[in-house]
Amino acid sequence: MENKDSTVKLVGFWVSPFVQRVRWALKLKGIEYEYIEEDIFNRSHLLSELNPVHQKVPVLVHNGKPLPESFIILEYIDETWKHNPSLPQDPHERATARFWAKFAEEKLFGAAWIGLCSEDDEQEGAVKSSIEALEKIEEKLKGKNFFGGDRIGYVDIINGWISYMLPIWEEVASMKIYDPMKFPAVTSWISNFREHPVIKEEYLPSKDEMIVYFQWRRKVLKGTYPPMFSNLVKKI
Amino acid sequence: MAEVKLFGNWGSPFSCRIEIALKLKGVEYEFIEEDVYNDNKSPLLLKYNPVHKKIPVLLHNGKPICESVVILEYIDETWEGPSILPKDPYERAMARFWTKFLEEKCFPPMKQASWSTGEEQEKAKEEATELLKILEGTLSGKKFFGGDSIGMVDIVANFIAHWFIILQEITGLELLTHEKFPKLGQWLDDYLSCSIIKETLPPKDKLTASFQARIQAATTSK
Repeated sequence: MENKDSTVKLVGFWVSPFVQRVRWALKLKGIEYEYIEEDIFNRSHLLSELNPVHQKVPVLVHNGKPLPESFIILEYIDETWKHNPSLPQDPHERATARFWAKFAEEKLFGAAWIGLCSEDDEQEGAVKSSIEALEKIEEKLKGKNFFGGDRIGYVDIINGWISYMLPIWEEVASMKIYDPMKFPAVTSWISNFREHPVIKEEYLPSKDEMIVYFQWRRKVLKGTYPPMFSNLVKKI
Repeated sequence: MAEVKLFGNWGSPFSCRIEIALKLKGVEYEFIEEDVYNDNKSPLLLKYNPVHKKIPVLLHNGKPICESVVILEYIDETWEGPSILPKDPYERAMARFWTKFLEEKCFPPMKQASWSTGEEQEKAKEEATELLKILEGTLSGKKFFGGDSIGMVDIVANFIAHWFIILQEITGLELLTHEKFPKLGQWLDDYLSCSIIKETLPPKDKLTASFQARIQAATTSK
């Protein structure tokens, strides 16, 4: 179902997993939008105007009103375009979905990011925390195709980064969090997610470009590289 | 008959949020006190929140809901009565934004400013001041963050209205004053004069004594 809505804009950055979530959410609803690439290392006035508090991407602009933060944007999209709901209808199930989205973001994404940006003991601790979080996610996924059951939904979109970005971080930082042998339910979910007809067709940054980008970020965030390296910021 | 139980602690701003919300909706509930500060959690709490083992946990018809902001949304969706979140999707999104802003950006430096000393404290004070200025701005033309009546952002801001103000008094910090932040000051007065808030916040003297004991313990252990 196509919704021609020329009043939807998405301000993003090509490699941001947060922006990627919004792309998926909009695509799953069949919402057309204008994408505006923002150089987050050289921010324009646009981002300062649209997100004055944090100056970060993604920002969704709908009917001229800006909305930041991927979690908040996803709920807004679900409440504004009511077909193909990504959150369950039942309040307890909704609460459970929100709980798990928050858990995965704080305990897996947060810890894996630290792992990407650190080494030695700090990285070891981050990897251990990430694995513990992934174990809980594995339990949650047992016997299910997606987090919500048979249909792709909110928690899948929030966690979609696991399916394509986590392996990149692991490679760049020489760390092992996701071992397919130890996490069969996660492995099955990754395959279901990547093969979903809508997800499959949507833009993803290329593996090679992500590796170069995150190698640079790891060096900068570990403090071993100068912060500006403009040819890694691409215009798409 | 629907059964509502809340696992919490008398001194926790988080379980207090839930009590405020339940009272706003006129929901009767049983409060189950958990001795969290002495790490003496009950088997039931560990059963209902195995992932985080924390309060608050709301139990409704035998099903647990964890994480205070998740619980607030659940309460708003489940029971009739005054809205905790606005009806309009854009306004709801902004309420969620400011809730997140409070929790993730404001509270950490405010706590840090209260509990630390020296350079660490100075840095925290500067950061907290900048954030309070942003909050002050959002109150333009509004009595509460939620508009004419209390909403989710006001409920979550209970930490500022009570816990932080008490910490300021104990430590002599003067971060949030009526002079520096007239709108926030007015919000404080209006918020604290709401009957539901007054009857739900933990007693000031008990909280003050508990903070003083913690400060004492921290100083003597150095």
